[in-house]
Amino acid sequence: MKVLMFGWEFPPHIAGGLGTACYGLTKGLAKHDVEVLFVMPSASGDEDQSAVKIINASDISVADVWGKTDISRLESFLDKVSFFKVSSGLVPYIDPEMFSSMVESQEKRNRYEEYEQFKIHYGGKYKFSGKYGANLMEEVQRYAMVASAIALENDFDVIHAHDWLTYAAGIAAKKISGKPLVIHVHATSFDRASDNAIDTRVFALEKMGMEAADKIMAVSNLTRNIVINKYGIDPSKVVAVHNAVDFDEFKQMEVKRGVDDKIVTFLGRITYQKGPEYFIEAANKVLKKCDNVRFVMAGNGDLMNRSIRRVAKLGIADKFHFTGFLRGDDVKKMFAYSDVYIMPSVSEPFGISPLEAMKSNVPSIISKQSGVAEVLDYAIKTDFWDIDAMADAIYGLLKYPALASMSARCGVEEVNNLKWENAALKMIDVYQEAIDNLK
Amino acid sequence: MEKSLCLYFQVHQPDRLRLYRFFDIGNDSQYFDEFANRTILKRIAQRCYLPMNELIYELIQKHGKDFKVAFSISGAALEQFEQYAPEVLESFKKLASTKCVEFLAETYSHSLASLKSEKEFKNQVKEHSAAIKKHFGVKPKAFRNTELIYSDAIGEAVANMGFNTMLTEGAKHILGWKSPNFLYTNAINPKLKLLLKNFNLSDDIAFRFASNNVTSGQYAAWLAESAKEADIINLFMDYETFGEHQNASTGIFEFMRALPEAVLANTELKFCTPSEAAAMHQPVAPLHVPYAISWADEERDTSAWLGNELQNEAFEKLYSLEKGVMAAKDEELLADFRKLQESDHFYYMCTKFFSDGAVHKYFNPYDTPYEAFINYMNVLSDFALRVEKKNNKPKKK
Repeated sequence: MKVLMFGWEFPPHIAGGLGTACYGLTKGLAKHDVEVLFVMPSASGDEDQSAVKIINASDISVADVWGKTDISRLESFLDKVSFFKVSSGLVPYIDPEMFSSMVESQEKRNRYEEYEQFKIHYGGKYKFSGKYGANLMEEVQRYAMVASAIALENDFDVIHAHDWLTYAAGIAAKKISGKPLVIHVHATSFDRASDNAIDTRVFALEKMGMEAADKIMAVSNLTRNIVINKYGIDPSKVVAVHNAVDFDEFKQMEVKRGVDDKIVTFLGRITYQKGPEYFIEAANKVLKKCDNVRFVMAGNGDLMNRSIRRVAKLGIADKFHFTGFLRGDDVKKMFAYSDVYIMPSVSEPFGISPLEAMKSNVPSIISKQSGVAEVLDYAIKTDFWDIDAMADAIYGLLKYPALASMSARCGVEEVNNLKWENAALKMIDVYQEAIDNLK
Repeated sequence: MEKSLCLYFQVHQPDRLRLYRFFDIGNDSQYFDEFANRTILKRIAQRCYLPMNELIYELIQKHGKDFKVAFSISGAALEQFEQYAPEVLESFKKLASTKCVEFLAETYSHSLASLKSEKEFKNQVKEHSAAIKKHFGVKPKAFRNTELIYSDAIGEAVANMGFNTMLTEGAKHILGWKSPNFLYTNAINPKLKLLLKNFNLSDDIAFRFASNNVTSGQYAAWLAESAKEADIINLFMDYETFGEHQNASTGIFEFMRALPEAVLANTELKFCTPSEAAAMHQPVAPLHVPYAISWADEERDTSAWLGNELQNEAFEKLYSLEKGVMAAKDEELLADFRKLQESDHFYYMCTKFFSDGAVHKYFNPYDTPYEAFINYMNVLSDFALRVEKKNNKPKKK
């Protein structure tokens, strides 16, 4: 089986968890002899290509590919990709007469002219940044164009697109090749903001991708339900494939702890989605009961300043620390420093960091509103809003050594069993179904 | 009766903290950014302290006893001079030898202790007076508190320490219709005389010199106008005004060089030191200041240092350690405790960015008040561990 996969990033250059997940799952697929062509907007050349062949979209010239094909095929190409042209022809203040003449002339223009126009826009190579910057939308569109060219040139059985950034690319590839499209939902708009504040452009792209897909993989049942309920997708099309975690290169870090106090850690972006305020309130409750404990909020985000003010207001700033954004070894150092890890996410499609904590022998508390809660038995689960339960759990793990040592011991075993090669088996089934359905 | 013109310059440099990370807590107790502190001090020494001291020395040589000024030099600044620029200390000693310069008393570490702990406040004042005596051979007689912070209660405490003169801000909301250009007394203890800063005329130099484009002659005319109904005009400002805040190219040094002559020739004012002024004039009334005032910002209160929850939390947590520090009787610990009390640390956490923000930002090594708070609290956490360790207090389990 050969998969054309569209991603946005791949280790070592990653900004979020998506790259890590793509790396893990392609390695898992390779163990089952599935060949993966991994397309990303901007590859640097130092990616690990042991399990995948990486195609750098920045190297692909759309015109070159078309040069090799005849004009009739190009016409059908334009038919297929026209769904995604940039609508930049908006002109304000034109009278009705002028409008109708414009529309007529538009219709009269022949296809070849349109192609020439198109070549000017999309003909050459486009240097993608591959970042999440200001022209993200433009990059998403151009990525789709390049994707269609890649689909013309390569041979594969199924298309796999990760998250909304690549859905358009997946759809374009599907239209060109006629091969089935599987999309992989790692997160939705509803995980990035509260219900009434979602980005409607992203929502539209997500919905388009889900509707065009033959099969949808969601990283958890939680996410599967969002896909079904919030995007109105047929449940039979959506399958939960839980993430795994790759600890091949995992090394625990030795640190010299400067404090005798127990340390409870929150590590992640300090945003609405991650529930930082619940952590602060729970910390305040625990500090009223015992004083040989410190709380650490590691990371940054738009709620950081508000969190600092709240901590100061509660008068617990001598026991509640902020580290700012941690990278690389500092993350491992933070885990090595921790006695309890807590992830009080309001909405978490999956949530890989508790697994890293548990791998580091740190007992973890996770919110029931996280996907990872579906695969873990030895993490303590509370509702994100239930600060009393959270405080109880923290207190228990700090004060009752038996609880902490069991959580740590069983936790390591548990995460060791979450292997990408197992997740890959499920993915292969989904691919097969998508291929069979199309026959 | 004679009318007085009182010049007082504040000399202070904070001990800026280094970037102190969470992981450093308990592992590393070196808190200060010595590179930044040294570089900044040396720069200001070249631009301000050395040339301005030289200028004042020349003016005293020229005018003899007719030109006098007062300085308040914080203990923190004295220590930095000793460490990084001993030539600055020498030039101040040279000024002291003229006997035309008065050195004022203040808190050793330019702290806000007067707002929190009378005991610590008094200790620091004693420590500072001893340092001034050591370096300049005179025991200070007049007192000025950090940032001219003053209230009835603080004044009373200062009087109890044996001072009979204190300098503070001529804050509009305290004075109302009254003029700052007279001598007042403390509302509780009338023995303590108050000199009030004339902030219009002071800020004409300190903040508005470059934009005013005023000559010494014009400024002397302004002084003469104000002197018509006045006993004493008090011009109080940061010493760094000269050459640092107002750089040399504005002509500030030339302005100061010509000012004494212009004042002596065209006004009825005579230069004198704060103690002389307080002895010479009759107080006109007691001044009631139930809540603390200062010379900072439009509000002239303490909100630049203790105006938001971050500042209050850091301040409370700092002074909650006072007892432990004193009980430990450890010199290093005490030295760090004093440095952590410098008002500047709290100033960096100020969130009043929109009105007086420009001034705040100019002096701030941090990008945001939040960073300042985090860094300070990390340092304080390590410091608290050291205090605890020294006192050998077994931990509650």
